Amino acid sequence: MSVTPAVAAPSLLRVDGLRTEFTTDEGPVTPVDGVGFTVAAGETLCLVGESGSGKSVSALSIMGLLAGNGRITAGSVLFEGQDLAGLPEPELRRIRGHAIAMIFQEPMTSLNPVLTIGDQLSETMILHLGLTKAEARQRAIELLEKVGIPRAGAVVDDHPHRLSGGMRQRVMIAMALSCRPKLIIADEPTTALDVTIQAQILRLMRELSAETGTATIFITHDLGVVAEMADRVAVMYAGQVVEETDVYTLFDQPKHPYTVALLKSIPHITTPAGDRLTPISGSVPSLVHLPAGCRFRERCPQAMDRCATELPALQPLASRNAHSVRCWLYGETGTAVPA
Amino acid sequence: MTAVEDVSPLLQVRDLRRYYPIRTGVIARTVGHVRAVDGVSFDVYPGETVGIVGESGCGKSTTGRAVVRLEPPTSGSVLFDGTDIATLSTARMRRLRTELQMVFQDPYSSLNPQIRIGDLLAEPLVAHKRLDRAGARAKAAEMLATVGLPKLSLDRYPHELSGGMRQRVGIARALMLEPRLIVCDEPVSALDVSIQAQVLNLLKDLQGEFGLTYVFISHGLGAIKYISDRIVVMYLGKVMETATTAEIFARPKHPYTEILLDAYPEPDPRLRDRERIIVEGDVPSPANPPPGCVFHTRCPYAQDICRTEVPSLNAAGGARHQVACHFPLAQEAS
Repeated sequence: MSVTPAVAAPSLLRVDGLRTEFTTDEGPVTPVDGVGFTVAAGETLCLVGESGSGKSVSALSIMGLLAGNGRITAGSVLFEGQDLAGLPEPELRRIRGHAIAMIFQEPMTSLNPVLTIGDQLSETMILHLGLTKAEARQRAIELLEKVGIPRAGAVVDDHPHRLSGGMRQRVMIAMALSCRPKLIIADEPTTALDVTIQAQILRLMRELSAETGTATIFITHDLGVVAEMADRVAVMYAGQVVEETDVYTLFDQPKHPYTVALLKSIPHITTPAGDRLTPISGSVPSLVHLPAGCRFRERCPQAMDRCATELPALQPLASRNAHSVRCWLYGETGTAVPA
Repeated sequence: MTAVEDVSPLLQVRDLRRYYPIRTGVIARTVGHVRAVDGVSFDVYPGETVGIVGESGCGKSTTGRAVVRLEPPTSGSVLFDGTDIATLSTARMRRLRTELQMVFQDPYSSLNPQIRIGDLLAEPLVAHKRLDRAGARAKAAEMLATVGLPKLSLDRYPHELSGGMRQRVGIARALMLEPRLIVCDEPVSALDVSIQAQVLNLLKDLQGEFGLTYVFISHGLGAIKYISDRIVVMYLGKVMETATTAEIFARPKHPYTEILLDAYPEPDPRLRDRERIIVEGDVPSPANPPPGCVFHTRCPYAQDICRTEVPSLNAAGGARHQVACHFPLAQEAS
């Protein structure tokens, strides 16, 4: 578990100006439009946003797992200095599952139903680490024990459907850890789970990242999960990062009007009842009809004339280290929207 | 909004059971039962909101559906204003149905996609012969304004609206027949975070305006706490604890309630390292629930008696705080 990294910390992953476009029946859409963030070795960055914010597409772009109608049209994804954005598929495949692993929301769709748990865990270790079948099986059992699966020696020969949702997600975590990756991308890994099971998995992921030093990009829509997991947070809205800072600053001193509004709109259970929640008016804009200028403008209580015509850049606050905001209230750089 | 003790309940659920047969083989022989709801009792007073909270498989939705008789109970009674709707004839139920409405999780699957919003709203009024078409349409327009939708929405189809707006339509439709009780089944769970508060506030405002009584079903503790006057905590088809919202959150008496509260990811990073119990293991199957207290397999305080004897729902902290536990938690000052 890292503390707030200094600006100078070398980044394991640096995403810059990432733009991902999909061709659809309604024309091209750009669910990721100029996304940038960094992840230092060992740290957990939470990408938080609502549906359509581009958080999952950002992850798939980094991994080179975009569907056939999607492609990266601009930007770079530097992983240990190497740009993954332009890499041919065979080289990407070597990195995927080895140096970078991914955990998805619904493990049942990413586990092969006809292979045993042990076979699936062994496959990547035989491929990427050159283990023998027997070695891989032994290590598979160790991994299952490590992620808290009871009777690991028996479960290794089970098929995925025999396991509960929480246990399957533990298997996915074991699989992600199997080749000792430097970075794990977890896309809403606990969203499909019940809250008591979610608490188990979140605790497990925190313990494992502290123990192994693996960096994590944790994608979620739940600010409660962010509060549990993040070292740093990038808040996404309509395809862009609107605020990035450490987790304590985000909750104590949010700056972007969207972050501020989001925090006021969610209920807490540890405070006494009373205060009425303040909802955010309107809804997330459609990717097909994005407003000009700032994308949050139509829902923003502090919108100014300029917000309609110029898109602000994500820029560091003058007063603080490592706190960036995409808003005209705090900065002077941006791009005019062509009339 | 809190009910007064001497007012009689609008809804009394008594020992409600709903079992689903497990069938197997070519002749579909019944080999057992899934006990989705297994002896649930609670009261709902006029004008209040009772939240039912629990994890998947606890029977909260089945309970809600039985209350409006979308599910016939296997046994037990559901007294609405003194009438047992569990055993009511279809014809009499049809008349009573106008007083009991339901709001569903996903308005997209509960609203007919081929019918315009205006007609969707007018239809129940016409079907129950309350108003003619023109009158019903005027009332629909009025109701749209009440739930905060533009008048233009009358001629829209459900797919043309956002998720939050569709849920407003779902609520408007439930209100058209001027019901007294609305069962809301996970009404905000499918909505984006920024939209959930809109719908929760709308439900609160409508309750004040129309004097509505709600049964609000959710797995989300945040929403449950925000909207409920009283809370029923369910686990594996049974009620574990019921009390006022303030009591449940400040002084939980059932170990499961405590564990549920501890598991909730509170949006405050300073609480991430708080003392709490994270319980291991999974929820057992409702087809084969554990003997004794259904929670004993995961309970950190379980004793021998918990493995053999089912605890009954007893008053533990005054008549309105009931807990089904052999060893209810004593609360130290916190």
